[in-house]
Amino acid sequence: MRNMFAEVLYDLARQDERIHIVVADISPAGSMAKFREEFPHRFINVGVAEQSMIGICAGLALKGMRPFAYTIATFSLYRPFEMVRDDLCYQNLPVTVVGIGGGVIYSTLGGTHYAQEDIAVAGAIPNMSIIAPCDPAEAKMATQYVAKRPGGGPIYLRFGKAGEPNLTQKDSEPFVFGKLRYLRRGSDVCVLSYGVIMKMAAEIADGFAASGKSVSLISCHTLKPLDREGISEVLRRHKQVIVVEEHAPQGGLAPQTKQIAWDIGANCRIDCFTLKDEFVHCYGSHEDILAAHGLSAKRILQATM
Amino acid sequence: MDQAILSNDFDASLARQRCMKYRRRILDVSQRVSALHIAPAFSCLEIVDCIYHALMRPAEAGRSIDSFLMSKGHGCMAQYAILEDVGVLARGELDRYCTASGLLGAHPDYGSPGIEAATGALGHGLAMALGMAIAERNRTKKGALLPVIYTVLSDGEMQEGSTWEALMLASSLGVSNLVAVIDNNDFQSLGRTSETHPTFYPLDEKLAAFGWEVVEMGGHDAEALYNAVTMREGRKPFVVVAKTVKGRGVQFMENVPIWHYRSPNPEEYRLAIANLAEVSS
Repeated sequence: MRNMFAEVLYDLARQDERIHIVVADISPAGSMAKFREEFPHRFINVGVAEQSMIGICAGLALKGMRPFAYTIATFSLYRPFEMVRDDLCYQNLPVTVVGIGGGVIYSTLGGTHYAQEDIAVAGAIPNMSIIAPCDPAEAKMATQYVAKRPGGGPIYLRFGKAGEPNLTQKDSEPFVFGKLRYLRRGSDVCVLSYGVIMKMAAEIADGFAASGKSVSLISCHTLKPLDREGISEVLRRHKQVIVVEEHAPQGGLAPQTKQIAWDIGANCRIDCFTLKDEFVHCYGSHEDILAAHGLSAKRILQATM
Repeated sequence: MDQAILSNDFDASLARQRCMKYRRRILDVSQRVSALHIAPAFSCLEIVDCIYHALMRPAEAGRSIDSFLMSKGHGCMAQYAILEDVGVLARGELDRYCTASGLLGAHPDYGSPGIEAATGALGHGLAMALGMAIAERNRTKKGALLPVIYTVLSDGEMQEGSTWEALMLASSLGVSNLVAVIDNNDFQSLGRTSETHPTFYPLDEKLAAFGWEVVEMGGHDAEALYNAVTMREGRKPFVVVAKTVKGRGVQFMENVPIWHYRSPNPEEYRLAIANLAEVSS
């Protein structure tokens, strides 16, 4: 995802001189070298100084630029939180805060590097929008949208890291900000998810399909503003809805889906699977950490089929 | 949003008269509200006046090519009084200060006339000013005038780590169109900084070590400030450690912490007005 981001941003920066990237000693590899070489004044490395990263982005935006702040999610959102809130959100500036490694993807680095409550934290701030693409193809479309939108306020763009598979198929819908994106359409079961854990959601969808069910698989890439109408339709049109989320149980997609279900009087079955409200102290693969939180395709299928 | 500007000529006598007028205006406004930051505004008044009236270069239509960002947001009464005087703020607006029908609050709000950025939380302004300076540098064509970003910081916010991040960065990033003035009144809520946090000083040496061109001077001598800024070498970001007196201009408010955020009662107001004198150092 980060390589795709670097490539797309380079292409966009060639067309738009307002685009700046401000990094905090973490840089998307690969194509970002091209950006840095060709537009050295628009590539700003602040060093390990995330508060300034956000403040500088605000200053750039106040003078008409389109800055992207870029580092690991915990450091792009939590460390400079008051700068994100006051400088970007309160002033409603078109700054994109890119958080790499949302969720527990930095599975060997431990709890200090887990952004497992970032959607709740970012989503609580007025004016902030949140996009969490599920694969490199969606990351590309999201980045293009963010860079080209005519105005608007700050966006928290939650990415994975590198090497995610593309789940987007040829007949998948295009990315539309604020709208659910169907990766598959069915009528019995819907698996609703976002971000890198979409791979697990796809396995769950496969499991239901193998048992003869007609399955929808949806990327809810825009967490704020949430597509309430789209989710209402999902709840009305499916017998069973499964939310799979790499995020704390509070403040993310799962509780909001249940809230919408209550509001519209939905009568489908709803199962939500999120990270636990815990810091887990274990190291291993991304899948290992998700499993420590009780998340695996096998377990979810057992619980829902 | 660009800023309004009167002229580029510096006349010390006129500056003293203006600041006397602004102090009176701020005291007048204080009688409409239960509290306002009088002393922090009086502390930086000569500095802000000098920036607006003398340092910022005029452009077309009463605007300036330069920008001013009030990092010490609680000093904004100084800014409001000047913005009103130069016509950016309508006079009625300042009379509605901190009321539901008005625009202005106790900290500057982005979107209010003449306000470049929302401040109030300390330690935010310098990084934003730095970002603005970089933006101006990146978009200024070769040979054209490079806009300068002016900012006034409180000495209190020099205790914020974020301020030191931005200080280190401005010089490392080779930014030269940034001028900061530190309103060094040596007072914060719980006492004199020199007593509560003695290793806060020396400031000038720290700033020089962080790669800034530094001048330390009295902060109520606007002419000296004007000369220092206009005669800077200009290869590095420039900072003035301006030694000021909190509450300057009204004797009984000077260096008395309670006036950080308090409105004088009617008797105190009368005494303050009677006590007002031109400030020259």
